[in-house]
Amino acid sequence: MKLILEKRSEQSRAMALLSPLLAIAITVVIGGIIFASLGLDPFKALHVYFVEPVTSLWSIEELIVKAAPLVLIGAGLAICYSANVWNIGAEGQLTIGALFGSAIPVYFTTWQSPLTLVLMLVLGGVGGALFAAIPAALKNRFGANEILTSLMLVYVAQLLLDWLVRGPWRDPKGYNFPQSVPFEGWQLLPLLGEGRVHIGAIFAVIAVIALAIMMGRSLRGFEIRVIGNSPRAGAFAGFDQKRVVWFSFLLSGALAGLAGICEVAGPSGELQPNISPGYGFTAIIVAFLGRLNPIGVLFAGILLAISYLGGEAAQVELGISDKTAQVFQGMLLFFILACDTLILYRVKIVSGRPATAKV
Amino acid sequence: MKRLIGLTAVALAMVLAIGVPHAAEKLKVGFIYVGPIGDHGWSYQHDQGRLAIEKELGDKVETVYVEKVSEGPDAERAIERLARQGAGLIFTTSFGFMNPTLKVAERFPNVKFEHATGFKRSKNVATYNARFYEGRYIIGQAAAKVSKSGVAGYIASFPIPEVVMGINAFILGAQTVNPDFKLKVVWVNSWFDPGKEADAAKVLIGQGADIITQHTDSTAPLQIAGEKGVHGFGQASDMIKFAPKAQLTSIVDNWAPYYVARTKEVLNGTWKSEDTWGGLSAGTVEMAPYANVADDIVKAAKETEAKIRSGALHPFTGPLQKQDGTEFLAAGKVVDDGTLASMNFYVKGVDGKLPQ
Repeated sequence: MKLILEKRSEQSRAMALLSPLLAIAITVVIGGIIFASLGLDPFKALHVYFVEPVTSLWSIEELIVKAAPLVLIGAGLAICYSANVWNIGAEGQLTIGALFGSAIPVYFTTWQSPLTLVLMLVLGGVGGALFAAIPAALKNRFGANEILTSLMLVYVAQLLLDWLVRGPWRDPKGYNFPQSVPFEGWQLLPLLGEGRVHIGAIFAVIAVIALAIMMGRSLRGFEIRVIGNSPRAGAFAGFDQKRVVWFSFLLSGALAGLAGICEVAGPSGELQPNISPGYGFTAIIVAFLGRLNPIGVLFAGILLAISYLGGEAAQVELGISDKTAQVFQGMLLFFILACDTLILYRVKIVSGRPATAKV
Repeated sequence: MKRLIGLTAVALAMVLAIGVPHAAEKLKVGFIYVGPIGDHGWSYQHDQGRLAIEKELGDKVETVYVEKVSEGPDAERAIERLARQGAGLIFTTSFGFMNPTLKVAERFPNVKFEHATGFKRSKNVATYNARFYEGRYIIGQAAAKVSKSGVAGYIASFPIPEVVMGINAFILGAQTVNPDFKLKVVWVNSWFDPGKEADAAKVLIGQGADIITQHTDSTAPLQIAGEKGVHGFGQASDMIKFAPKAQLTSIVDNWAPYYVARTKEVLNGTWKSEDTWGGLSAGTVEMAPYANVADDIVKAAKETEAKIRSGALHPFTGPLQKQDGTEFLAAGKVVDDGTLASMNFYVKGVDGKLPQ
């Protein structure tokens, strides 16, 4: 008896939905086994990890703070990847967005008006979009591989940020510590409620809804999907592949840039050398876990945020290393990719001699 | 990689061995570390302080920690998490946790906070630091005696006063032996980045340095010194195991006495927000046993140590000049703590420009 994979005649719709759930289930089971092998009660550990982050108001608020940038970036990337355009550099677009937006409080330290914030946010989006325009232009003009160009530009962005906060943009009163002036008043995002939740969370929800409508109901969404599946068919329909490349890069770049300025003008409150714990990269997992569907991205973003917070809670309550959060995220992506096999293949149990052995 | 796995295993075993007891009436003491406790440097030594609290005060306390907390938006949540879980005393052990600590402290007026190396205090936020520059002066002297090339390499993290005063103390110590001693500084812009630290050490050795010292938290620079056959100094903890042939001595941070004392004060209800800056005399700074070095150099180092301890010698005593030749301290004058705590210039003799 043995297991074989048999190619399906067409993609399984059920599996497309079940695959992420299956991946989550396998991650939880393997996670439990890992906890048990560390000598911990696996049920308590999993409770701390996955349930506790949603049991108190404070932790839910923190969850939203953490999920907002992931959803905002992930939603843009989902559109990009649907168009078969591979923007891997959201982390860089986030960084440049944060820089563009922060230029206002850095250069106009005392300017306080609602317009300050609006301009910061707009500049954040513009900065991210401009930075994403580089790989888009290189792809359209020279056929350069956007995976490489967008990824490498991340380092350019981070080094630029590094230079600015250590050099020209450093707070003159900050004892040489690499940070900008602290933002104040209208240079900060308004908070929702008592905790740290800021209006960036609302932007994330708006982005998800708008993009879901665009993908489901508009010609632009149809164009993106057609070009993504078959550029040749798209060309016959009069769709322009280059235009789609431009659109998806500018859109995902703008959303990443917006997420960047929201982080800086939100929880951070100042520009620092590290403004994101890799949100731009984690958002890639979010986009895939969400099935490249904006609504799916919303749930996936929350799940990934749980894995961050759960990892921290596990450190405090169970005394285990901070590496567990990374292990969980890694397992999750691995199992999603593995389970996606089931969309195109079905598992068959064959008894006796395997079919392939026939001559 | 093997070593990394080994370290992780040791750290994990330590954590598991301690366990986390539960009792409501115990004082919960929380710690926020910037690095992994397995760094065998800064965070490791703070964790040794935590373990000392457990050992000394036994079942009156319970301790928790979060490691590898980045000095950004995540820090505030990590600190607040400890406060919410009932910690009565929280040590935040890196400069970059200053503003998050103050923000959380405002929301939890009944919790006592202790922030290491910062300069902002409030009613329930105390600050503490150690006079590491005293140790730097001693190793500077030893470096100049051991060095054949007359050049030392210094791997520095961030150009904050804490680090700048260390560089200055080192060169001042070295100049007492060799007035033309050269010091090359490389900034790695990180507290803990073994890869970058190792690269910096290689560059410095390539530029003729035969002494490597560092104000970063990993053992990498010392290990490179060992591989390349030059000498170096440990940082924060005794790193002799990692470089048995290279380490001359190490400036050891001993937080245990302070941590135990402050925890007792909270238990007694006598805790007050204040600034504590202890050095060799307070036992916060210790010199690891000398190795790989001639007896007369050890003797001289111990004499200097005794003088600093007794107060007869302050590493920053005039006449001193800044790098650009302008006067910093007149002859016979001793620097005051305020100037030290905001130091943002090199003294004469340091190579290169301080990033401003």
